[in-house]
Amino acid sequence: MADGAAHESTEHKYRPISPIFASTCACTLSSPTSRRRSRNKPSVSLKYSHIHSTLIFLCFNSFSLIHRTTMATTMVKEVGSEPAQLLGPESASERTLYPYVTGTSVVALKYKDGILMAADMGASYGSTLRYKSVERMKSIGKHSLLGASGEISDFQEILHYLDELILYDNMWDDGNSLGPKEVHSYLTRVMYNRRNKFNPLWNSLVLGGVKNGQKYLGMVSMIGVNFEDNHVATGFGNHLARPILRDEWHENLSFEDGVKLLEKCMRVLLYRDRSAVNKLQIAKITEEGVTISQPYALKTFWGFSAFQNPTVGAEGSW
Amino acid sequence: MSKSAVDVPPMGGFNFDLCRRNDMLAKKGVNPPSFRKTGTTIVGIVFQDGIILGADTRATEGPIVCDKNCEKIHYMAPNIYCCGAGTAADTEAVTDMVSSQLQLHRYHTGRESRVITALTLLKKHLFNYQGYVSAALVLGGVDCTGPHLHTIYPHGSTDTLPFATMGSGSLAAMAIFESKYREGLNRDEGIKLVCEAICSGVFNDLGSGSNVDVCVITKGHKEYLRNHMLPNPRTYISSRGYTFPKKTEVLITKITPLKDKEVVIEGGDAMEE
Repeated sequence: MADGAAHESTEHKYRPISPIFASTCACTLSSPTSRRRSRNKPSVSLKYSHIHSTLIFLCFNSFSLIHRTTMATTMVKEVGSEPAQLLGPESASERTLYPYVTGTSVVALKYKDGILMAADMGASYGSTLRYKSVERMKSIGKHSLLGASGEISDFQEILHYLDELILYDNMWDDGNSLGPKEVHSYLTRVMYNRRNKFNPLWNSLVLGGVKNGQKYLGMVSMIGVNFEDNHVATGFGNHLARPILRDEWHENLSFEDGVKLLEKCMRVLLYRDRSAVNKLQIAKITEEGVTISQPYALKTFWGFSAFQNPTVGAEGSW
Repeated sequence: MSKSAVDVPPMGGFNFDLCRRNDMLAKKGVNPPSFRKTGTTIVGIVFQDGIILGADTRATEGPIVCDKNCEKIHYMAPNIYCCGAGTAADTEAVTDMVSSQLQLHRYHTGRESRVITALTLLKKHLFNYQGYVSAALVLGGVDCTGPHLHTIYPHGSTDTLPFATMGSGSLAAMAIFESKYREGLNRDEGIKLVCEAICSGVFNDLGSGSNVDVCVITKGHKEYLRNHMLPNPRTYISSRGYTFPKKTEVLITKITPLKDKEVVIEGGDAMEE
């Protein structure tokens, strides 16, 4: 009925109406009383029915857009900023703006038989040390080990994606398995594409592994910067641990020497990084597989004579 | 006689009247000139006989190295030296000023200056300027009460430490100290540790570079080792000097002397008209 009236009224000019107004008006005009009124009075009926049809058209459009909006909010990671524009300026951003629960640095190096990686078990909520038993290193497939610093929830999301990746790879059942180089490449693509949508996964990832005797150690940052090196570190480890590693790393470190070097770096980080905790794990990956150690604490030394009596020679100062 | 009826008393401290104008200019894209900073690595340690101070020698002006071999270890007193990081003008002016104040004090008291005297003078001055005097200092010396090492931050807070680092390369140098420092080092070990820490800053930090300066202060004796280590030599100068490729062959040589030119002035003065 409304469509028949629409054909007659196309030659009339009409005022553009906003979608919100359309949706509210559509509710009132779609009631049965108004429709009957428009049919009884022909001169007025054309105008009413015309507005009614355009309103229905507009409201149908806005309903379909709202439908797409609800679809979009569930798949917010794929679609960009559409929801914010439609719902008005008060809607919150669904893109990652700040990290909330964060892990601190991860340090890793290549040694004779494979890769050694160390990370502490703390996760901070701003300046509070909220969680003290978070495992920030996980094994991926048969050949890789992933360590992450930054937002813990994004790390868990990345583990979910990697689970799916490994599962699909296993389903091929062709004797091949994804090695560390492939997983690193996948992670780089994921991180870079998320960054292009202005919705990054707020992590710095360290990926190490051994496949067919080839050792591989790489890093991906939250904006997609990736590289491969003999020793890597994330976060504060870049400033405190990498100078030590650059001086003291050499090819074919033994397991004990590698652990000692990593512990040296983690000790400096413990002294000088405010979000570090004295509870760390060291993980090792070789051709045979992954071993993540039990958590343990490092010994620290506070016995300098200047710390015992700092104001000698000037009583009252500090 | 004077036109102004009211005399406005002179106001002390900083005058912030131009800040609004500067902000407006900055919005239009006219930025103030960048000042020379010593993006730096400076360190100090206490060893068994006294203090060892170390510094790199690069001074930067934004992204450019403006001085490849500047001196960052400043003289305060015969037994006290101070390394400075931050704005070069600020560190030099502040250390010069306190050095003269210490000398006047020495004349007044007739005794060797103490490190905490220098510390208190610097601290007072920097706090007074609320961090605007951008000088981060590592002050070290040996006086009658023993060896002392202090760090002073631009806002005026101080620390007394067995080993200290400041500047942009401080984290790289601190990593070396935290892993290798122990009490009771002898002179050679101390110098070696300081050089290692400065080299760590030089090679891992972009704001530090060039050479390593070291200063060893013991009771009654000081040694200023300028350019103790040169880990960044110029390696691209050809040892044979410059050589040019073979030039084109000379076939004939013909010399044509220039003719003498006679100038004839036709009537009247040249200067007329």
